Amino acid sequence: MKMSTLVHPALCALARVTLARVTLAKVALASLTLASFALQPIPAEAQSAGSVTIGAIEILSGPNSKYGVAIKNGFDLALDEVNKAGGVLGQPLAITYEDSAGNKDQALNAARQLIGRAKVPLILGPTLSNEMFAAGPIANERKIPIVGTSTTANGITAIGPYVFRTSLPEASVIPVTLKTAQTKFGIKKVAVMYGNDDAFTKSAYDVMKEALAKLGIETLTTETFGGKDTDFSAQLTKIKSLNPDAIVVSALADAGAGIMLAKQALGIPKSVRIIGGNGLNSTKVVEIAGAAADGLLVGSPWFIGKKDAANQKFVAAYHAKYNDDPDQFAAQAYDTLHLVAGAITAAGAPDPEKIREALLKAKSNGVMGPFAFTPDRDPADTSGVTVLEVKDGKFQLLE
Amino acid sequence: MLAQQLANGVIAGSAYALFALGFSLMFGVLGVINLTYGFYFSAGAFLALYATKSLGLPIWIALPFGAIASGLIAVVLDFLLLTRLRRTKAPELASLMVTLGATLLLYSAMTAIFGTEIRRFPPAVFDSSSFELAGIRLSLSQILIVASVIFLVLLFIFLLRATRIGLAMRALAENGSAAQLMGVDTDAVMRLVSFLSGMAGGAAGILMGLNYNAIQPYMGEAMMLKGFAVIIFGGLGDMRGALVAGLLIGIFEALTAGYVSSVLKEAVAFLLLVLTLWIRPLGMFGQAAVKRA
Repeated sequence: MKMSTLVHPALCALARVTLARVTLAKVALASLTLASFALQPIPAEAQSAGSVTIGAIEILSGPNSKYGVAIKNGFDLALDEVNKAGGVLGQPLAITYEDSAGNKDQALNAARQLIGRAKVPLILGPTLSNEMFAAGPIANERKIPIVGTSTTANGITAIGPYVFRTSLPEASVIPVTLKTAQTKFGIKKVAVMYGNDDAFTKSAYDVMKEALAKLGIETLTTETFGGKDTDFSAQLTKIKSLNPDAIVVSALADAGAGIMLAKQALGIPKSVRIIGGNGLNSTKVVEIAGAAADGLLVGSPWFIGKKDAANQKFVAAYHAKYNDDPDQFAAQAYDTLHLVAGAITAAGAPDPEKIREALLKAKSNGVMGPFAFTPDRDPADTSGVTVLEVKDGKFQLLE
Repeated sequence: MLAQQLANGVIAGSAYALFALGFSLMFGVLGVINLTYGFYFSAGAFLALYATKSLGLPIWIALPFGAIASGLIAVVLDFLLLTRLRRTKAPELASLMVTLGATLLLYSAMTAIFGTEIRRFPPAVFDSSSFELAGIRLSLSQILIVASVIFLVLLFIFLLRATRIGLAMRALAENGSAAQLMGVDTDAVMRLVSFLSGMAGGAAGILMGLNYNAIQPYMGEAMMLKGFAVIIFGGLGDMRGALVAGLLIGIFEALTAGYVSSVLKEAVAFLLLVLTLWIRPLGMFGQAAVKRA
């Protein structure tokens, strides 16, 4: 059951539904060998039809499908380009998609299906980190490389030597943001604020603390708040009295917007910028805080307005194909498919072991910037990170 | 910085006081711990948001509209949830459990309808810019909070002390059956008390929403915890206590965050709660202004 992008999207959808039904039926009739007999031939074709077929597990239905669909769009766009340029190993490249629906058990079954039945030499995805924690160990155990394009949690690549990821973890983005702020605005002393009742904002704070120490930026005070707090005036009054050059904030959008509004209300000058983590890289912040968000600095692995030729070509091609703007997930997927196609070509055969070796040596220069894996299979290069600033109520490239 | 921190404290404290005032009135007169009270805080904010956003009303109309509508909701909820329990003279725990269940239902329903994303009043409805007064940064919404508290406190004092209906309320708080025997229409008084406390809760929600721009269904739940600490510190059912305790907790929180550590800010109210229960279980003023149930 192949689903290359050359097939009409409606057919793809139909095929996906059939596949889902097949999976369901398999679960229901697991004890009946008859059913297995009946189903076996369908996915087994995958590797035989004169193409190299890899697998992908993404969220293609349910509330989080916007992520999975963006990723699929990114893969498919890159797949077109790869195949137009002659495919891999003299054959067209194809992707068999499995829908995880955001469910880690379904992601796990999808991995089993792709490895056991479709016999793919490599798996892309899954979409969420917790799905990777379920599907990753299976792929690793069966020695099939699995490459996450959107899994940023700590410990993903620690699953095993066959687990890769191409998405930059937050720990790589924040130091770039702070360094840029330091060189651009001469920031020497900052106040830090973070939400101390949330694992995400707390771990981003740990990264900030380490990065600030490394850059030699003095921390005048560290203030905390609760994720549901709405009143930040006491903390910011104290911060105002210490005259920092900037305020480094680890918060989710809600609290972050509240902090910016309170900062403005207390008359802290606009030149004292807020520098945020990924939690503040959200249009929601601008929506709530309005003009008070102006001057906010955040780092992002990718930005639609990046001016390099590769990125502009990608955005235009994406727009032409899907009549929509790509997001970060599509960009990461697009780069990853090109990287993987290159690795398969370099491996010389659709063999999982050889592909793994090739991935470790692969280097590419995509829309996210230069890319290579560390020996621990995480992204090695952070030079593609862009720092954005809010200007006139919009995220823009920091000039 | 001290003046600014005191101002921060008074503003936050006024909102706590306003919220606790309604809660205290409800408990003092009706004798039930009505956990739906936090819901009126959220409901008031959402109703005023609806009035400004969808009906295009100015905030000067949306504020009383939201407050009065939350008062009416309080009357309806009190009637639906508690009338039967009062008639059968059910134990206090029964009303606590009923209102707890209702609270869960109401918050979940609100989340289902509005989602958990925070919202804010349209910036155009209210001038949010701040100005400097004697070295203190203030905004219109902050002055509005303090002014509304003063207005509602004066209104409550006037009602309770200078009107026949206020006398009836105090009689009901003192002894429900005796009041009834003396010819007090206790049902009508209860409805009025529900209305007034719902209104105070709703007004507090609107003012907080206006000042902090963070309106979401569960905003009342966090406030309810703080509200409990305030009324226990001030003395259950003691309205004067609620007022003073609300202000003091606001000021202590601001000073703690400003001079000690913001990690401890959230602990202040609950530390006072524990200390009160240990040392003065009847609250700051030692005795309740109205008899506790």
